[in-house]
Amino acid sequence: MIKSDDVIYMDNNATTMVAPEVVETMMPYFSELYGNPSSMHTFGGQVGKEVATARQRVAELLCADPSEIIFTSCGTESDSTAILSALQAQSDKRHIVTTRVEHPAVKNLCESLDSLTGHKHRVTQLHVESDGTIDLKRFEDSLQDDTAIVSVMWANNETGVIFPVEEMAEIAKSRGILFHTDAVQAVGKIPIDLSKATGIDFLSLSGHKLHAPKGVGVLYVRKGTPYAPFVIGGHQEHGRRGGTENVTSIIGLGKACELATRHIKKENTTVRALRDKLENGLLKTIPNAILNGHKTQRLPNTANISFEYVEGEAILLHMDRFNICASSGSACTSGSLEPSHVLRAMGVPFTAAHGSIRFSLSVYNNEDEIDFVLEKMPGIIANLREMSPFWHNR
Amino acid sequence: MWEYSDKVKDHFLNPRNVGKIDNPDGVGEVGSLACGDALKLFLKLDEAKERIVDAKFQTFGCASAIASSSALTEMIKGLTLDEAEKVTNEDIADFLGDLPKEKMHCSVMGREALEAAIANYRGVTLPMAEGEVVCECFGVTDLEIKRAIEESHLRTVEEVTNFTKAGGGCGKCEDRLQELIDEVRHADRPKPIPMSGPKRMTNIQKIKKIEDVLEREVRPTLKKDGGDIELIDVDGDFVIVSLRGACGSCAKSQTTLKEYVEKKLREQVLETLIVEESKA
Repeated sequence: MIKSDDVIYMDNNATTMVAPEVVETMMPYFSELYGNPSSMHTFGGQVGKEVATARQRVAELLCADPSEIIFTSCGTESDSTAILSALQAQSDKRHIVTTRVEHPAVKNLCESLDSLTGHKHRVTQLHVESDGTIDLKRFEDSLQDDTAIVSVMWANNETGVIFPVEEMAEIAKSRGILFHTDAVQAVGKIPIDLSKATGIDFLSLSGHKLHAPKGVGVLYVRKGTPYAPFVIGGHQEHGRRGGTENVTSIIGLGKACELATRHIKKENTTVRALRDKLENGLLKTIPNAILNGHKTQRLPNTANISFEYVEGEAILLHMDRFNICASSGSACTSGSLEPSHVLRAMGVPFTAAHGSIRFSLSVYNNEDEIDFVLEKMPGIIANLREMSPFWHNR
Repeated sequence: MWEYSDKVKDHFLNPRNVGKIDNPDGVGEVGSLACGDALKLFLKLDEAKERIVDAKFQTFGCASAIASSSALTEMIKGLTLDEAEKVTNEDIADFLGDLPKEKMHCSVMGREALEAAIANYRGVTLPMAEGEVVCECFGVTDLEIKRAIEESHLRTVEEVTNFTKAGGGCGKCEDRLQELIDEVRHADRPKPIPMSGPKRMTNIQKIKKIEDVLEREVRPTLKKDGGDIELIDVDGDFVIVSLRGACGSCAKSQTTLKEYVEKKLREQVLETLIVEESKA
């Protein structure tokens, strides 16, 4: 049963709850074992060992070697480091391939490269199909002789659509081009095996998207990949990322990765079933509701649904009255006056783009919550449509 | 999350006067689906056709758009048409106990719907709609923008966007918005360099041309009078120079700069250039 003060959290692509086991693992490292892992004394050194364990756990989740894991402050830092590193290492190459639906961490960076590097760059932003997928042929055709790096997200944060990054990376590799993937939304939700996906040179992940705290991220750099640090300072992370380690959060992230390794099956069975129930229920009970993104080539936790002729912010604020948390791609919630760049790139019509709601679940959601949302949503949408001039004139 | 006042929340969650009026005396429709908000306002007048006896609305939009519509209908019921005409977007925002600045355009939409409904009753065309469309993304005309600048004392492009949405899409009209601000505020700021068209040149080209004109024409003339000139900087349309020698102490140096140097540079490099003397 849902109680009136229960929070129904379905915004896990925005951020996640820190898992209780993660909090428990972190606690001693605030005020008991607070040493600096770089110190010579045993008190600090023992913390270094825990950081190494965390690195091992991250590597296991990705099927990588611990030496390929660099701890950073967030997914955005990892993205910036990878792309700028690739450009610095190959200063004669001035072309970048990315997509029109990247997260701002990659999109805005690619749009600012000229002023950051002092060189003129050409950026190809790949188009996506109306279901949000990428055409591999079009990708192949976009590669040029001086393409320095390809940066394509593993899964889209708004629609959950999964891109064929393993194949894309293979194609890039055959052309001698570095490949980066922003896997912030994919890690922990779908299996990732970097020992097999050998074309991937860089991968970014973010702690707070997989039940670790905010303020910690990872950049995976494949052995042998040319690399230049972004944050320059001390010898931490073998000189690849300066700055004293965010020890407690790194240890928390290690635990979260261990949990993710264990939960990956549940994500793709239980969570997927809950998501499907929610999605099918909404599409069935609410007229003029449209699923955004490919039906199957999609993260198991994400459902992005447009309710035509109503506006997303208004929907979210009505949901908020019932403590239901989700996101919208509407203009009024994007901080700009235009709806989500992802939905626009997919060609979602305006009748739908402004009324898109993203539900993103986690292993902490349950069926009662799904039922509660399914019970409340039709009334909210009907109420707003009753007010909408377009609903009456459709 | 937006910081909405309690009154905005109340009018959003419990909107007053939602719906249609059968056989209305006036209907005003503004906004569009593409823009993300739209308002249709219905007015019913008394028998003398002077006073608004009922007002209802249909709105597609965010919380502040719905709240502004609801507030508007509450405010105008009982007013004469002449009184209603005087209601401004600021009045709507005040009624709601303020709106976030990014949401001011919602109150502007309310006021525009009211004007459209009154014009519809009177059978006249609103002059606003007849202006030149400046922002193609949101279909905003120069007349609408100028009025917002004037009435709400807007000073920056960002403020114009907050109030009218103009410039909030592709951003191509930002230069034109700045021009309109300058026009209304009678500021004699330079026109920005056009981003397209035959006159477009890179900064380096511009600097080179300026140097060339100074070297070839200006300097020899000044030197005849024992003066000299040095280019210090080029910042957008501003050409910062330093006058040397006799010119440096000459009382007429400002006239020399404007009447001679600036004129030459405008003729030969770019007609929007403004020459200023270095303050250093």
